[in-house]
Amino acid sequence: MTDARKIGDVILKVDNISLRFGGVKALTDISFDVREHEIRAIIGPNGAGKSSMLNVINGVYTPQEGTITFHGEVRQDMDTHQAAENGIARTFQNIALFTGMTVLDNIMTGRNLKIKSTFIEQAFWFGRARREEIENRKKVEEIIDFLQLQSVRKTPVARLPYGIKKRVELARALAAEPTMLLLDEPMAGMNVEEKQDMCRFVLDTNDQFGTTIVLIEHDMGVVMDISDRVVVLDYGKKIGDGTPNEVRNNPDVIKAYLGAH
Amino acid sequence: MSATSASVTADTFPRLLRQHASQRPDAPALREKYLGIWQTWSWRETAAEVRAMALGLAALGFKRGDNLAIIGDNRPQLYMAFAAAQSLGGVAVPMYQDAVAVEMTFVLENAAIRFAIVEDQEQVDKLLEARDTLPQIEHIIFADPRGLRNYNAPGLMSLEALRAKGDAFDAANPGFFDAEVARGQANDVSVMLYTSGTTGKPKGVCQTHHAFITAAQGGVQFDHLVGTDNVLSYLPMAWVGDHLFSYAQFLVAGFTVNCPESAETVMTDLREIGPTYYFAPPRVFESVLTNVTIRMEDASRLKRWLYDGFMAVAKRCGADMLDGRPVGTRDKLLYALGNVLVYGPLKNTLGMSRIRVAYTAGAAIGPDLFRFYRSIGINLKQLYGSTETCAYVCLQPDGQIKFDSVGTAAPGVEVKLADNGEVMVRGAMVLKEYYKRPDATAESIDANGYFHTGDAGVFDSEGHLRIIDRAKDVGHLSTGAMFAPNYIENKLKFFSHIKEAVCFGHDKDNVTAFINIDLTAVGNWAERRNLVYSGYIDLAGKDEVYALIKECVESVNAELATEGELSHSQIARFLILHKELDPDDDEMTRTRKVRRGFVAEKYGVLLDGLYGGKTVQHIDTKVKFEDGRSGSIAANLKLSDAKRFPAVTKAAA
Repeated sequence: MTDARKIGDVILKVDNISLRFGGVKALTDISFDVREHEIRAIIGPNGAGKSSMLNVINGVYTPQEGTITFHGEVRQDMDTHQAAENGIARTFQNIALFTGMTVLDNIMTGRNLKIKSTFIEQAFWFGRARREEIENRKKVEEIIDFLQLQSVRKTPVARLPYGIKKRVELARALAAEPTMLLLDEPMAGMNVEEKQDMCRFVLDTNDQFGTTIVLIEHDMGVVMDISDRVVVLDYGKKIGDGTPNEVRNNPDVIKAYLGAH
Repeated sequence: MSATSASVTADTFPRLLRQHASQRPDAPALREKYLGIWQTWSWRETAAEVRAMALGLAALGFKRGDNLAIIGDNRPQLYMAFAAAQSLGGVAVPMYQDAVAVEMTFVLENAAIRFAIVEDQEQVDKLLEARDTLPQIEHIIFADPRGLRNYNAPGLMSLEALRAKGDAFDAANPGFFDAEVARGQANDVSVMLYTSGTTGKPKGVCQTHHAFITAAQGGVQFDHLVGTDNVLSYLPMAWVGDHLFSYAQFLVAGFTVNCPESAETVMTDLREIGPTYYFAPPRVFESVLTNVTIRMEDASRLKRWLYDGFMAVAKRCGADMLDGRPVGTRDKLLYALGNVLVYGPLKNTLGMSRIRVAYTAGAAIGPDLFRFYRSIGINLKQLYGSTETCAYVCLQPDGQIKFDSVGTAAPGVEVKLADNGEVMVRGAMVLKEYYKRPDATAESIDANGYFHTGDAGVFDSEGHLRIIDRAKDVGHLSTGAMFAPNYIENKLKFFSHIKEAVCFGHDKDNVTAFINIDLTAVGNWAERRNLVYSGYIDLAGKDEVYALIKECVESVNAELATEGELSHSQIARFLILHKELDPDDDEMTRTRKVRRGFVAEKYGVLLDGLYGGKTVQHIDTKVKFEDGRSGSIAANLKLSDAKRFPAVTKAAA
């Protein structure tokens, strides 16, 4: 299936990234790249620095050393707003949704950046505001259809089971029509069936919209199944990088991670 | 109404479609909720899409007499596929969409399927898997392209591409389509429905245009259905009931068929559409009532008081008012008030405000359940029929409703009983034949043209038919007393706490039963008692639950004690199964009928335990998951005794 999908040029490159919190070295001299349309996994044991890496890419943390090259533009750190405007969307390890709002409204918030109408227009519901709302709703409905959330469209998020909440988060990220999607443990805490569904949706997203996906995941089965290339971190250092097969046979990786099981 | 004139002149489904398209082109034919909005196809649009689809098939080499497999949830495009195949003189073969690939293989092979129109990737995957052993499957056409962009299997094509091919073919061969539709004969086979296979391999039931149109016309006239009616189609398209209601009657009466957004949104969609004509098997009505009951138990005191009070009024006089029988003025006033405060809002919540006629069939419906719906003013009726009879044998006429009968013979149908009580029927709606099974055809249709239904029944004094059991299931205890397992199982299932029951007793000294508890109802019951449980197995094994089920079993026994010969078949011992019976494990058919013989064999240890007088029995069971993997469940089951009652003779009612 991957044969037909074209993996393009490098669109994101991190070089020699080091991140410290006081005396704690979260990341040391990390370099890797992400190609267009690929599914890139970051794996590693607990505390290896996976989430920190994701936070560096999307501008939550500013690394002390190193550069990030996104679409050819070299910078010291990413700004979260810039990241969003540049087409990077993400989901969180601990679900971060508006629990009192419906699924539909939550996903609509993902369209925030696409709204150009003014406060006045929105308050009085005329001109661009109306047009945009209809357009945005259509896009959101397409995502609801895509992620099969029709039956919970009007349900407040607080009442949903965990697996569905995760899916709503993915939906909100997709609503921004990202070119790059950062998924922080999208399958953590799910049962087998929910994991399978999520895998399907991640692959479909990549396939249908050509979205580049960077994901952190604990479940080795999942990672090996769906990723094109894998970066392995341990204690903030990169110890492996390559296709799932290469990584699986890398002695350092076996020692640090797979061997532990 | 133009609809009735259409039914007089057109004698095949494609011609009926053409007639609607020319007489009422802009009336809505099909609707589907997509992207949160109900999208409508008018009769003209429907006819045009069917034409393009049919010609696309013709361009691929689909010929008169070919079979077209149709697999998927209820979708407008798939209903159109029926008409497309029939336009070319082909036969539509709908298949159950939740069957796994292996189960599909039999039908695909038996029906020599070369062409299939399917809903989505899930079905495409199954067909591609089946193609490994059945290379005859040449063309797979899918309606929803999601996830299929990178598939490059030969013969795989989107419906859009098929229609484009059809348009091109139309331009090159003008007049071809009309000529093909004109060549169709009323006695051509229009559809082949596979029986669920309660016994042995499924059989393909060949039904002609004439058979289904006759059955549909009978129903349409009987219940005065018109072009402005609305139905919601959510039952499997491979089931005869859906084919009659959502296809045959749809084209005869010309009403609107609405397809839900997804299987999970049916209740919401039902509310939005507010169908005027509704069909559901008893279990749907049952789960709706269970939900209502559970939610009422959690409601505030005032609401509960109102609900209980007015439901008592409804119980007293609601059904009589619906049947047009005289009711006291006080009750009339109370009922009117109840309608404003309780029944009306309740029906609205359930999406049943506009229902003129609702039918249920397929299994016995509990008297309480039946009375509940009728008492709040929903004209729920029962019908009797089977795949072989276009689901059209008996109907309950308005005003003459009895919960334990299935009504009188439908217009144009002759019904009589054989000496052993088996129901036999004759009429236009009887099947033409079983596909490639002359032996089975000869066995079930006798020299006089009567079809032997295999059901045992009795007529009451007013000519209403009462179905007791499958004729072959009626057995005898070792004492010689009659034993009708289904009859007892249904009595058990009428309790909301019991989801499924399987009774044994043929050639045994007494009757025993396997019970499946209803997880929703018993779970809620347990929660209200602060009974902690982790899941089905745990809950099913609780002593408290055993006591609850024992009560149900004993009240069935008390009832049976009053029923003459059946008093001997009171349940002596029972157990609660550690897993729910499941079609995936072959314990039930896809239409959720228990395969008693298979269950007896699979759980032989348990059965021996019951008859051997044991109190605990260990069992290890293999289960199959939906994705084809299998695992196992082990459990120690408790076997319980139940009290039996001495036979009571009841004065004839």
